[in-house]
Amino acid sequence: MIEIEHVHKSFGSLKVLDDVSLTVNTGEVLSIIGGSGSGKSTLLMCINGLEPIQGGRILIDGTEVHAKGTDLNALRRNIGIVFQQWNAFPHLTVLENVTLALRKVLKKSRSEAEDIAVKQLKHVGLGDKLTTYPGKLSGGQQQRMAIARALAMSPRYMLFDEVTSALDPQLVGEVLDTMRLLAEEGMTMIVVTHEMQFAREVSDRVAFFNQGKMEEIGPPEQIFDAPHSDNTKKFLANVR
Amino acid sequence: MFETALSFNDIIFLLKGAGVTLLVTFWAMAGGTLMGVVFGTIRATAPRWVGWPLAFVLDIFRSVPLLIQLILANAFQAIAGLQMSAFVVSCVVLALYTSSYCSEIVRGGIDAVPVTTRRAARSLGMTWGQDMREIVFPLALRVMLPSWIGLTLGVMKDTALITWLGIIELLRSSQIIVTRIQEPLFVLSIAGLIYFLMSFPISRLGRHLEKKWQDL
Repeated sequence: MIEIEHVHKSFGSLKVLDDVSLTVNTGEVLSIIGGSGSGKSTLLMCINGLEPIQGGRILIDGTEVHAKGTDLNALRRNIGIVFQQWNAFPHLTVLENVTLALRKVLKKSRSEAEDIAVKQLKHVGLGDKLTTYPGKLSGGQQQRMAIARALAMSPRYMLFDEVTSALDPQLVGEVLDTMRLLAEEGMTMIVVTHEMQFAREVSDRVAFFNQGKMEEIGPPEQIFDAPHSDNTKKFLANVR
Repeated sequence: MFETALSFNDIIFLLKGAGVTLLVTFWAMAGGTLMGVVFGTIRATAPRWVGWPLAFVLDIFRSVPLLIQLILANAFQAIAGLQMSAFVVSCVVLALYTSSYCSEIVRGGIDAVPVTTRRAARSLGMTWGQDMREIVFPLALRVMLPSWIGLTLGVMKDTALITWLGIIELLRSSQIIVTRIQEPLFVLSIAGLIYFLMSFPISRLGRHLEKKWQDL
């Protein structure tokens, strides 16, 4: 369970997250929508401790992320994250991209790591690209590789940060399909996305962020068909 | 018919000078690169109050002409009674001089690695050290290599200045021969050719590696 309690975050004088509280239950898929600069990507960085926060707290299975004694490296093994771009380690093959952390962080043997990596890469449809370098992959394939790499660590949670935003339109589908598959398998996911159709279909709940505040959260039917907040209505009217 | 007073022994003398040039270049680059990596990493990753004073010191080594550094260092070590040989002084000064340039190359290389790539590494649970070792340095190396090769070739030519400390390296040995046989154009051509033959493999190696990495 991910518990976010009254989180405040600012970059200098710029307030990015303003008293955000929400809980993501195990097995749940939460989508976060909102305009750029609404703080949704920053929230993901805060959840796995890549960004410090100035107030409130974030608990992952009861462990406070930003507490002094927390072993962030250990915590992050349970939280996979896929970014918008530059996910790949360009000097390593697809297989090595996935095995690196398995070997260095989880201390698995080479053969053990490769078994896991091959399985995950097949899962995302890259079983025939093992010895290819990321530079030779399409953007969609690179993103699927990044998903496989995160999944190989057997995380309990997966965070997706606008993973399709930098992709050509025809490549978006393959990445969303992979995420859909994950959701069906019961992975706990937080998905920051601009893909409204995807958010509607896959999410258990959708949160709308506006200027660092969470304006509204609820089932997709509520957010998309009968939003309570005027800002949500305005935002959805603009993206449709 | 072309005639010259240049003897076989003179050639051997020139090659010995070339050996000194190579040896000093080697120690300057080895020490300079080692220190450059450490200083550059500090400059790229440490907080400003650490990086800034370091940058200031390195700037001194970069801006003061090498000849002045060599002569001052040699004089001060003598005053301080360190009893270092001119060869050791040359290597130390050149290494420091090289490190000031190398640290900038390393800093630039590290800065060129996208933050998101590093975040991807850290998000997988890798430690700072693992991130630097497995991701940042290998990627930065590709960015740094051309400049580093250029630095090596530059330092090799800069070693000619150590002749002021009384060391007979390639250029000095050619001058000695010129003084004796009075054939400056011919002797300098040969010295130039030897410089070229020493530099060529290094620049070829650089180009080869660059090309190999470009394909990735």
